[in-house]
Amino acid sequence: MSRRRHSDDSDAGQPHKRRRTSEPSEIEERLESLICRVGEKSNSSLESNLEGLAGVLEADLPNYKSKILRILCTVARLLPEKLTVYTTLVGLLNARNYNFGGEFVEAMIRQLKECLKVNMYNEAVHLVRFLSDLVNCHVIAAPSMVAMFENFVSVTQEEDVPQVRCDWYMFAFLSSLPWVGKELYEKKDAEMDRLLSQTESYLKRRQKIHVPMLQVWTADKPHPQEEYLDCLWSQIQKLKKDRWQERHILRPYLAFDSILCEALQHNLPPFTPPPHTEDSVYPMPRVIFRMFDYTDDPEGPVMPGSHSVERFVIEENLHCIIKSHWKERKTCAAQLLSYPGNNKIPLNYHIVEVIFAELFQLPSPPHIEVMYTTLLIELCKLQPGSLPQVLAQATEMLYMRLDTMNTTCVDRFINWFSHHLSNFQFRWSWEDWSDCLTQDLEKPKPKFVREVLEKCMRLSYHQRIIDIVPASFSVLSPANPVCIYKYGDESNRSLPGYTVALCLTIAIKNKASNDEIFSILKDVPNPNQDDDDDEGFTFNPLKIEVFVQTLLHLAAKSFSHSFSALAKFHEVFKTLAESDEGKLHVLRVVYEVWKNHPQMIAVLVDKMIRTQIVDCAAVANWIFSSELAHDFTRFYIWEILHSTIRKMNKHVLKIHKELEETKARLARQHKRRDSDDDDDDDDRSSDREDGPLEEQIERLQEKVESAQSEQKNLFLVIFQRFIMLLTEHLVRCETGGIDVFTPWYRSCIERLQQIFLQHHQIIQQYMVTLENLLFTAELDHHILAVFQQFCALQA
Amino acid sequence: CPPGKVLRDGPAAMSAGGTLSILRSDSYADLSQYRDQHFRGTRYDQERLLRKSCTLYVGNLSFYTTEEQIHELFGKSGDIKKVIMGLDKVKKTACGFCFVEYYARGDAENAMRYINGTRLDDRIIRTDWDAGFKEGRQYGRGRSGGQVRDEYRQDYDAGRGGYGKTVQCQ
Repeated sequence: MSRRRHSDDSDAGQPHKRRRTSEPSEIEERLESLICRVGEKSNSSLESNLEGLAGVLEADLPNYKSKILRILCTVARLLPEKLTVYTTLVGLLNARNYNFGGEFVEAMIRQLKECLKVNMYNEAVHLVRFLSDLVNCHVIAAPSMVAMFENFVSVTQEEDVPQVRCDWYMFAFLSSLPWVGKELYEKKDAEMDRLLSQTESYLKRRQKIHVPMLQVWTADKPHPQEEYLDCLWSQIQKLKKDRWQERHILRPYLAFDSILCEALQHNLPPFTPPPHTEDSVYPMPRVIFRMFDYTDDPEGPVMPGSHSVERFVIEENLHCIIKSHWKERKTCAAQLLSYPGNNKIPLNYHIVEVIFAELFQLPSPPHIEVMYTTLLIELCKLQPGSLPQVLAQATEMLYMRLDTMNTTCVDRFINWFSHHLSNFQFRWSWEDWSDCLTQDLEKPKPKFVREVLEKCMRLSYHQRIIDIVPASFSVLSPANPVCIYKYGDESNRSLPGYTVALCLTIAIKNKASNDEIFSILKDVPNPNQDDDDDEGFTFNPLKIEVFVQTLLHLAAKSFSHSFSALAKFHEVFKTLAESDEGKLHVLRVVYEVWKNHPQMIAVLVDKMIRTQIVDCAAVANWIFSSELAHDFTRFYIWEILHSTIRKMNKHVLKIHKELEETKARLARQHKRRDSDDDDDDDDRSSDREDGPLEEQIERLQEKVESAQSEQKNLFLVIFQRFIMLLTEHLVRCETGGIDVFTPWYRSCIERLQQIFLQHHQIIQQYMVTLENLLFTAELDHHILAVFQQFCALQA
Repeated sequence: CPPGKVLRDGPAAMSAGGTLSILRSDSYADLSQYRDQHFRGTRYDQERLLRKSCTLYVGNLSFYTTEEQIHELFGKSGDIKKVIMGLDKVKKTACGFCFVEYYARGDAENAMRYINGTRLDDRIIRTDWDAGFKEGRQYGRGRSGGQVRDEYRQDYDAGRGGYGKTVQCQ
């Protein structure tokens, strides 16, 4: 008898190394792939694909029900652009398996509740819409859907809740009606009429102070920039007038009507909207961006009107496609261009409008700005015969309306257009824009062209820009970005500090040390003092001037050269810029040397903050100083300020993260010790272990508090300076009897708005201080209005 | 307290159902097939570094493209820590490549997604993950001092010294 080991016996008939976990996950992948890909381009019709898939899934239900449920719930939430494809699929499954239908509905409700709990409101809307379309697929009974909507609309009766909360429930209700309005109205017209009239009264009484802050254009012509709920309401009213006839949405379930109408429906369980909590953060209100109408493409298919429900559905779907595929630019472009209904709607116009809507969205675009530039380039590649023309037309229209365009949006337009041009050899019909040459240079159009040319230069070089624009545009061309060294010319030798500058130049070229530099600088007299300090290290503007001018001039060749210089002589900088006045003066000198090269100023300021030669508050004060008044409305100044604020914010977050991580380490240490308690009774050793970590936490806590206080101070300084500047202007205008609304004023007040919008999350923390200290009732109403609009955003 | 209570990814997303693999696709930010043959360490080490790197290699630059231009373009995806120009080993002049290091990996990823394959100085530039700059890596590895690709290419490229080096010597 052969001696077989026990293990051999038990293994007999079983493949030895099968890893149990990989097989099911392969099946899950296959299921996910099948489900996700249905509706894509295929040789068979959508109907037969759906039928086939329903059959496959039905067969897999006994073994993979929970996975199928999870996948379907996820596509409902994350692929809203294919909503009706998946509701049809669920409808077919429900017709074959009533219990599955019920379980799916339950899972969706659970998912909806979960989304609302964690503030995922945008995805929750997709779920609500999906549920409502399930009414069309005979999965959910219409009356129960109406009941859910009744609960949604009744949120508007809640007291002491933010308006944005009521807004969301209203939006979830209204935005589902294009899909299910007809069916709900047919089954429950009285209830629907009641809901619609409640909607109307809510929309009438809700406040809209926030709207001006979110509009891309302040003008109502040619297209009013409507608040999103107002626009949607107009669209639904029109839909109702059209007897809920909606012809744009693809409804695959219509082909299966005979099967689906046999299916048993489920009732939605009563849905109580979760109550408002302190942690609830609702989506911000929006303004609908419109730039095209049917007159813009006279040759092609008619563009649905601004109050048509088709317009709403198309825009929603295109936005969803971008949201799904933003990381994959080629896929995104392809998906956008294969949006169904291509020959019935001017798709290129819709796409361009939706992309600009996102790019110009206030406060911020949903995705990083550069994505939109590259996406548009991909679209041009795929549709070379048509899309570039639409884009050119759009650019022209945006240019024409610059006079009323929000400053932040103009910034983004400048960045987009210059970057776009750099991909197309800067080819543009500049002469078409010669109208701007006769205008005051501070007006929006010439300002825009100047800033575009400056950005184009940054992406190429000065002579290139001179070559690409007509000679008449030279007044708008950027300066040659050369350094201005005040001690450079022999003719300047009478300037104080000239000889020291020469000395310094030679020393630095001979690789002098910091100490040698200090001793050379000792000879610089201090124009602020009668007698020198023994060390001579108090604020001496001339010393700073001589040193910084000379060093920057020597290192002018490139960014790297300048950065090396800052690093090598860091000690000298730190000493000279020790005081607040010192920091300010360093910045002033940097500007004097490099005022022709804004890009260099920006990178130097960045480096000086990061190496702590200057601090953020110094940069803020410098930007508002009288020396910079001439450049105050230039784009680069605001890029510097916002970059400075962002650095401050990132710094606070970084230390906070360090603190949280250290706290977590301590907690883990405690846990480990608690679980080892039986073995180790030595309390003293555990204290010793904690010691360094606890010390670290204390130190980090202090660091966090000090950083947060610096951050708050930065914002207060900025707001204070804005208020001073604007008040000065308003007083001057009122006493002089001149019009307040100069281009400078418009620019300035919008820059103030921009601060609020760009950093709204952080600024929310300071509301009390701002209200009591700065934006008090005594303030001029023009300035106060900006603050009030901001408060209204999350009210 | 940290600003912003909106929860996006992470645990919240998982509890509310996770995501789909087609939506996870991020081909532009994935590692390419290229591996630096001069890298000191194992393939595994190199890939580990590539996956957490904040540094990009940028190729097909014109010899005339400046650090300033590179800074402007790549600054569109985030704050740049450093730009290191690639140099001809002999002439010590720009030879058509550079390294761009970001402070945050996410910014480098966005450069891979949106700047790679677009134009700088009218040329389509190419970006790829780099395991990290080390002294000496700023020099071309071609026999004549420039990049290897400029040794053997047959075409005429005005922005990269004209014909390839081998062609020039014929």
